[in-house]
Formats: sequence, structure tokens, C-alpha cells
Amino acid sequence: MPGLPKALAPSLAPMGRRTLFQQMARAAAATAVVGAAGPAQPAAATEVDPGSRLRRWVMVVDLRRCDGCAGLGVPPQCSQYCNWGRFVPEGQQWLEVYQRGLAPDAPSDAVGYLPAPCMQCQNAPCVNVCPVGATFHAPEGTVLIDQSRCIGCRLCMAACPYDRRFFNWGEPVQPAQVKETTYNVLTQTPAFRGTVMKCDFCTDRAAAGGLPYCVEACPREAYWFGDLETDVATNGKDVVKLSKLLEENEAFRYKEELGTRPRVYYINGHGEEAPRATAHESAFLKDRLEWPWREINEASA
Amino acid sequence: MNATERDLESTVLEPLVGLGRRFLFLAGGLAVVVLIGVVAYATQLAEGLRVTGMAATLNKQMYGIYIINFVFFIGISHAGTLISAILRVAKAEWRLPITRMAEFITVVALSVGGLMPIIDLGRPDRILNLLQYGRWNSPILWDFFSITTYLFGSLIYLFIPLIPDLALCRDRLAGRVSAPKRWFYEVSSVRWRGTPRQWRSLGTALTVMMVVIIPVAVSVHTVVSWIFAMTLRVGWNTAVFGAYFVAGALFSGTATLILVMAVLRRVFRLHGVIKDRQFTNLGFMLAGFSGIMLYFNLNELVTSGYKLAEGEGFFLDSILVGPFAPWFWAYILGLASPAIIMLIPKTRSFWGVIVASLIVDIAMWIERYIIVVATLRAPQMPYTNLAEYFPSTAELAISLGSVALFVLLIAVFSKLVPVVSVWELRHERAPEPREPEAVPAGPAAVRA
Ligand code: SF4
Ligand code: SF4
Repeated sequence: MPGLPKALAPSLAPMGRRTLFQQMARAAAATAVVGAAGPAQPAAATEVDPGSRLRRWVMVVDLRRCDGCAGLGVPPQCSQYCNWGRFVPEGQQWLEVYQRGLAPDAPSDAVGYLPAPCMQCQNAPCVNVCPVGATFHAPEGTVLIDQSRCIGCRLCMAACPYDRRFFNWGEPVQPAQVKETTYNVLTQTPAFRGTVMKCDFCTDRAAAGGLPYCVEACPREAYWFGDLETDVATNGKDVVKLSKLLEENEAFRYKEELGTRPRVYYINGHGEEAPRATAHESAFLKDRLEWPWREINEASA
Repeated sequence: MNATERDLESTVLEPLVGLGRRFLFLAGGLAVVVLIGVVAYATQLAEGLRVTGMAATLNKQMYGIYIINFVFFIGISHAGTLISAILRVAKAEWRLPITRMAEFITVVALSVGGLMPIIDLGRPDRILNLLQYGRWNSPILWDFFSITTYLFGSLIYLFIPLIPDLALCRDRLAGRVSAPKRWFYEVSSVRWRGTPRQWRSLGTALTVMMVVIIPVAVSVHTVVSWIFAMTLRVGWNTAVFGAYFVAGALFSGTATLILVMAVLRRVFRLHGVIKDRQFTNLGFMLAGFSGIMLYFNLNELVTSGYKLAEGEGFFLDSILVGPFAPWFWAYILGLASPAIIMLIPKTRSFWGVIVASLIVDIAMWIERYIIVVATLRAPQMPYTNLAEYFPSTAELAISLGSVALFVLLIAVFSKLVPVVSVWELRHERAPEPREPEAVPAGPAAVRA
């Protein structure tokens, strides 16, 4: 499995669940240390390290390669690694893989898959409606949420046309080690009750030279992460010219007609380039996604 | 002062003396319901919004009964402006006995309604962020400022015409009410002596307020609708919403006013002051709004239903024939009912109008229910596991508590100040000034 985050890679090897959770607890503790003292922590929520060159992050999802991980008989790995890596509170799916009919209204039951992270809209309805500026455009263009300012009015959730926002209705369930960290707006840790969360494009990882968890996790290399400024994109293995990738493959954006101008592009397809197992429709295992935070807390208690 | 005037005075002032068992019983009962709501809110504060039915919908129904109640109460608040400002401008004389109640309903409905979005907040502890970090781009901020402006405006508009009557209470009830109440009349009547200068200032203030309050009132319900209409959602993304909400507000505002009027007339035996004629007049107004509302609904449904853009079909299906059909058709029937009731001569009566008003208030609550719940149920992404929202016990308790608070505040008010405007009525009853030259010396100067 190339390109998996180190702390999480062993989890795919045969290993007891308990061991896995202990490992993850350690990873969480490591994050806690970085979160508290690391350089990635900005002084104020809306400030981003001014020393770095300003990127314009985009994501490209090649739907030809995405089969919802159905062929592998595992839950969609992008969602799963997002959950694990970002300590997504129980029940939320910042990156959700939707199953959709391929030929609507036709006598066909063929399906394709649509992984949907936050589209990081350039004309973002969520940013527009936020009464306190808790949802804002970072200088790199991504849309972030300052959970220490959010008042929990949820108008941004109503405004998001992609259902990409999640609310901490009660006390969010996360590993205890994460809960103890000082708040970091880039990683949205720890999660606060009564505030909104969503995919943040893992820009803290990108700034450190890494890739978002979903890009690293995808076993089909369906994800590209790129920078419009330097016009490059990578899926963790190959590096390509971003504009060419978009042009040659006639990339589109979801619900372009709404005028939200997303930073997430799609290359149309239905998993035809994914090495195929048989009868994959029945093996789409989104229901088996895990948020192991309660178990981790129990294991480390 | 002639006999009828003294009669009017005692009818209006008598209820202010003492409390009475009936009042204490009513107020006590209401206070208990309010208290239950407060306890429910305390649990919500402790547990977070997960005690609501919204939490069970996987973030698909981010709004529920609190926002429905919010729109409902703000809608009711339009009663006051309609009666006291619009009809004052139009010089409709029959409004005189009901202006004060109308204005008070406005103040109470705004206060209770304004609580609703705060109750709905995930972080009520951070509400001051609205002032510290407020962004003018957000409809929430428009609402915040427009509702507070309307509330303060209405308070002023309630208070100014109260002054001469408070002075009347001060003078007439001095020996008959408790010390705190006496003190209240003393202070609140702001040294009113009824001098010509005071009457002139009162007149000017009223004229200014009645003109100012109308655009403020219209703005309030418009920006409430914009909370919805500023999104790209099916069922919300429509230009008709502003006008539709304003009309709906006047509709339910009038209905509520009729109901409160009927109750107060009965309790305080004001039959001599508030006649059946006033009820049928308001009934005709309701019937007119029926038509306007049906027209707006037609506009909305036909323009979206004809084109059936993505998602509209699902939404229209769900309200016309789907799970929300009983609600929707009950609402449409409720809309039409005042028109039907007022058309038939037999039902064109006091009781007919009361029934129509009850139906209208319920129908308008249902309308907001559909606007919030049915719309949010329409999927925006390709999923089929629809989220169904049911209000939880906590939400219901808080909602009932808010209704009880609304009634309780009106009841308390009716024990504190004259519920009808004595000086305005007096003038209507004795229109001929004794010396035409000295017109500015009395209430006549104000109304001229
Ligand atoms: S997808 Fe939704 S949450 Fe993300 S930027 Fe666009 S509107 Fe905001
Ligand atoms: S819920 Fe928070 S982030 Fe969303 S609009 Fe309200 S204050 Fe802004």
C-alpha cells in the first residue's frame, strides 16, 4: 500500500483491534504535542504563516478510478482515513462517498461513486452567510472554520448546497488526547460542542509537504491534489501539470450551475479503470466506516 | 365629563384594581408551563442541542421547531404595526379601541420570538460575538438589528400613547392600588399634566412613529424571509419570499389580534367599547389576506412546478401528494377559510371571525413547518436515506413554554395598564370641542 500515512499504515496488516487502537492513541498523543508546540499553529485564527508562498489548493477526483472501494471489500478508504486522521467526531463524514445512478431514468441499475469533500467554493455560500466570520476564506483560498468563534447558528449548513457541514449537537466524541490539545484552526482540533465542522483540505499537512489523508489513502490513486499557482498536481505517485490534467480529461465541477465555483474538480467516470472484483455493487461498505474514539478512550483508560 | 365618559373610564380602570382569583389562577397555570419550558431549556444547555430532534437527522435537518416558532411569533408581531400604524395613517376610526392591545402584542411577540433563535443557538454563550465580530454580509445580522430596532420602536410606539392614560391611572387610582403600582404610575406617566404643549408633543411623536414604524415592520419580515431566500435550497431560493412573508405576517398578526381582543373584551367586559363591528371589519381584512396569500402560493408553486428544475419535483411531490400532503392541504384550506367564512352571510359574525382567526393562526404555523421541515428534507446530494424530523420532548416543552410566556405577558400587561386607550376613545365619543378656537388645548389637537 503505497502512500499511506505512517502512523496508520500498520492498521491494514493483520493485527488485533486492540493493538490498532493503542497505536492510534499514540498517534493522537503525537498530534497533541505538535498541536501544542508545533510551528503550524498560527497566532490568531485567521493568520496563516506569511513566510510560505501562497498556494491555491485544488483537488481533482478521477471518477474513472473510483469504485467506492467496493472492489476491495472495504469501506471507502478516503472517508475512513479522513475520519481516523482528522479525528473526525463520531458520526460525521467530512468526506462522504455517494453512490449514484449512472443513467438516470434509463432501465439500468449501473452505479458510479462520487466522493464529496468540502468543495472549498470560491463563491462560498457558507462564508457569505456566517454572521461572525467564523467561516472564512484562508489566504490560500480554502474555506476554514474558527470553532472558537462559531456561535452555532447553523445557517452555513443550510446554505451549503453540497451538505458538507456537520454540527456537534452534543459533546463531540474524540480521543481524550485530542481533547486536551490547544485549539488549532487548521486541524479543527479539538472539536467543540455546538459548533460546525467540515473538511479543511488538510492544508496543515500540505504546508508540511504532505498530502491530505484522502489522497494518500485512496488505494486506486483516484485523487490528485494540486496548486493552481504552480500548476502542478500529484496523486502521491505521479506529478502532472494540473491544467493539462483538467483540460485533457474535460474535468467538471459538481453543480457548476450554482455559481459556487468549487475548488474540487471531477473527471467523469464510474470506476472503469479500477481493477475490478465481481459484483461490486453489493460490496459498497460505507456503513462500516469506523470512528473508534470510544474504544480508544477505553483502551487507554 | 358626562355619564358615558365616566362609564368608559370605570370600565377600563376597574380591572387594574386588585388581582382577582381568576387572574391568579390563570397566571399561575401559565407560569408553571413557562417554568417547564425553562427546565427543558436548562437541560438543553447542559446536554447541548443533542436533546433536540434535529440531532437525530444526521445534520440534514439543521433547523426545527425553534425556527418555525421564531417565524411564527415574528409574524404575529405585525398585528400592532398593521392596526396602529397602517390604519392610523388610513384614519380608520374603528381601530381606536384595539390599537393598544395590538401594539402590545407586537412587543410581546417580538420579545418571545426573538428568544427563539437564541434558544436554537449551539453556543448561546457566544452571542456577543454578533456585536464583536458581526459581518454585514450575513442575513442573521440583518435580522438581529432589524428585530431589535422594531422592538425598540414598538416599545416607544406603545409607550407614547400610554402616557395620558398612565397619568389618568395615577390621578384616579391613587388611593386604590398597592404602593409599587402607585409608584409605577407615578414614574411612568412622566409628569404628564395634559398641558397644550404636552398634547402637541404627543401628537408630533405619534405622527413620526407611525410613519417610521411601517418600513421597519416591513423590513423585519423581509429579512426573516431572507434567512431562507439567501440560500440555494429548493423551496427557499425564490424572490417571492420577502413579499410572501410580509403578507403572511400581516395575516397571522391580524388573526392573533382578533383572538386576544375577544378574550380581553370578555374578561374585562368591554362590550361597550369593542363592538362586534370591529370583529367583522377585521374579518374582512383576513379574507382579503386570504386572497393575497393564495395568490403568492400559486405564484411559487406554478413557477417552480412548471419547470421542475432539479430537486423541485421531489419537494413538490412531498407536499402535494407525499408525506407532507396532509399538512399542505390543511394549510391551503386554512388559508381559504376566512374568505369562505366571510362570504357566507350566516357565518359572517363574531363567532365566524373567531373561528377563522383560530384556523388562520394554526394554518400559518403549518406553513412555517412546511417551509422549514419539508424543504430541508429534499436531498441536495445523491442519497435516499431521507432524514425525518420529529421535535423532541425538550423542543415541545420549550415551544409550549414560549406560547405560555406570550399569553402570560399579555395577561400581566392587562392588569397593569388600561388595555384600551381612554383618551383616544373619549375623543371619539365626544367629538365636538366646546370652544372651536381652543382646539390645540386637548386631545383634538393630536388627532387632527
Ligand atoms: S462545499 Fe459547502 S461547506 Fe464547502 S465551501 Fe462550499 S458551501 Fe462551504
Ligand atoms: S454555525 Fe458557526 S460557522 Fe456556521 S454560520 Fe453560524 S457562526 Fe458561522
